[in-house]
Amino acid sequence: MAIENYIRKRFFPHIWCPGCGHGTVLNALLRALEQLGLSKNEIVMVSGIGCSARISGYVDVHTLHTLHGRALAFATGVKLSRPELTILVPMGDGDALAIGGNHFLHAARRNIDITAIILNNRIYGMTGGQFSPLSGCGIQATTAPYSTIDHAFDVVELSRAAGASFVARTTTFHVRELEKMLVQAIRHRGFSVVEVLSQCPTHFGRRNKEGSAVDMLKKLQSKTVPLNSRKLELDPSLVPRGVFVDQDKPEYCELYDDMVARSRVEVEEQGQPVGADARKEV
Amino acid sequence: MSERTLFVHGNQACVEGALYAGVSFYAGYPITPSSEIAEEMSVRLPANGGRFIQMEDEISSMCAIIGASLTGRKVMTATSGPGFSLMQEALGYAIMAEIPCVIVNVMRGGPSTGLPTQGSQGDVNQARWGTHGDHAIIALTASTHQALFEATVRAFNLAETYRSPVIVLYDELLAHMRERLTLPEPGDLPLVERLRTFVPGGVDYRPYLARSDGRLPMSDFGGVHRYNVTGLYHDMWGFPSTDPVTVNDLLHHLHDKIVVRTGELESHREYALEDADTVLISYGTPARSAMQVARKGRDSGHRVGVLELETLWPFPGQLVRDVCEKARIVIVVEMNMGQIRDQVRAAVRAPERVFLANRVDGEFIKPKDIGTVIRLVDGHGV
Ligand SMILES: Cc1ncc(C[n+]2csc(CCOP(=O)(O)OP(=O)(O)O)c2C)c(N)n1
Ligand code: SF4
Repeated sequence: MAIENYIRKRFFPHIWCPGCGHGTVLNALLRALEQLGLSKNEIVMVSGIGCSARISGYVDVHTLHTLHGRALAFATGVKLSRPELTILVPMGDGDALAIGGNHFLHAARRNIDITAIILNNRIYGMTGGQFSPLSGCGIQATTAPYSTIDHAFDVVELSRAAGASFVARTTTFHVRELEKMLVQAIRHRGFSVVEVLSQCPTHFGRRNKEGSAVDMLKKLQSKTVPLNSRKLELDPSLVPRGVFVDQDKPEYCELYDDMVARSRVEVEEQGQPVGADARKEV
Repeated sequence: MSERTLFVHGNQACVEGALYAGVSFYAGYPITPSSEIAEEMSVRLPANGGRFIQMEDEISSMCAIIGASLTGRKVMTATSGPGFSLMQEALGYAIMAEIPCVIVNVMRGGPSTGLPTQGSQGDVNQARWGTHGDHAIIALTASTHQALFEATVRAFNLAETYRSPVIVLYDELLAHMRERLTLPEPGDLPLVERLRTFVPGGVDYRPYLARSDGRLPMSDFGGVHRYNVTGLYHDMWGFPSTDPVTVNDLLHHLHDKIVVRTGELESHREYALEDADTVLISYGTPARSAMQVARKGRDSGHRVGVLELETLWPFPGQLVRDVCEKARIVIVVEMNMGQIRDQVRAAVRAPERVFLANRVDGEFIKPKDIGTVIRLVDGHGV
């Protein structure tokens, strides 16, 4: 299927600023879907609120544009209800890891088969340039006029520790790599995280004197290196890109089916279940 | 008799009603005094092909049931005050995106953590106005296990009919007291199933275009129609819109589909109202005491009647006004500081005749508590 077939033309022109990284991610995602050859009826895209969350509107699949930070919680309901569907959840850094941080941890812990794509521009784009939990120290933001004193999460380490079974990181400069990672992540059975370092020229770029979108992309190129590379060994301050976790691990909906099978056996052996009829405090 | 009679607590009556109605997805987070609902669902749903998930909090529980509802299931969550507070944003989403779902709030004393193990009816106004923005909502309640069973079935029916969240409110006392519940046979109570569109795949389906009867046929996520669902103001395709006409029409639709049908949605019980000069208006377990007061009053020659509300929202103002027309005094019996009393005052012709008999100390309202108020107001006991 040609890539235009995955687009909802009615939704265009898109809302993003010129040079915004979110469009690049949309492009890569469409190409990944084309490569995977999935039927559009089998795909559900769930997003929260933010510039990044608007991706869902442009893609011609089932789309659920929800609340700031809660996309993974809605997605969990869709997935557990219809495990055969492919679930994609694009999120901004604030969406995913500030207000949505708890849902992110628990979706990863359950290892539910959802692909989470974090569009990390290290700033709150939609609300006008406030800092995010991925900004890190020393960043200028509208709510950090004296520069940020908050440390940033490391998305890869956080995802790994929380139990995600596929974790990758790349940037909007490395478009082919991004496309490949998205294909891998969507194919992977379990909770997959793809962190995409992205640019918000309008807020992050301008306030932090990073220049144009092109300058920002160049920076993403020069500050990141492949995982396990010689360059990284020589300069550990560079940010590694690549697939960090790719693990075979029981997936939540499969475990649910196993549990159902066990419950059936119990009902057959012991008759109708009786209620867990005990009173508990607080 | 093939009917099954159980001796259960109220929370189980609620679960039995939900299962009878066809619930097949439950997401929740434990909280007293509602936890038995989650526990019972965790036993029953996996065994009957349904889905149960314990989420990380009440916010995500509410979100998860909305997601599951869009795939075509009948869904529900249950909680109590603190959890109900956390659900409010997503409840508003369900109102805006018109997602059928049922939310049970077993009321305990608030505000805050309040009185976890004791009863209250303090969340009546929260059910009405807890989520931000103009909206309408349906909230049902009950005073016995049999009525709670039926209210729960009705909640699912109304959720499907009006594509709306429906709240079931009841107090901790009902949740934990035990009494008989007779399970109706399948078919005894009418059930409303999901109305799905007849529009075939490939033909333009408009998820937010109402039929002439006001209902909006749905299409399951995963089916042949791919559409957008959003909490933003949207057009009939679900596309975000700030067009003033579209915005105005949608808010009116969301409001009118419920408020205009207040009469249809209304449900109540009554006792000896025809000639009553003293009208007790109550709901939930306090209505049981009100009933006792009225019976005893009648026995001793006083003209006392009871109006027990089973639909709290939309508030049945016309019914209340009619019932109170000839009353000398109206006493609202409830476990809060007068949340329904205020509604009654706004509805009747003579608000100065409306009084409150309440308790807010976590204790059951006893007939003598009501008697005391009648004596104070009217100078005679009943
Ligand atoms: C409950 C709630 N709080 C705050 C907001 C306001 N808000 C909307 S988007 C956003 C942050 C957007 O930043 P991010 O998630 O990083 O995405 P971006 O816009 O940068 O793509 C905030 C704070 C909201 N919509 N809802
Ligand atoms: S504000 Fe930033 S994140 Fe939002 S569209 Fe513009 S460039 Fe992109």
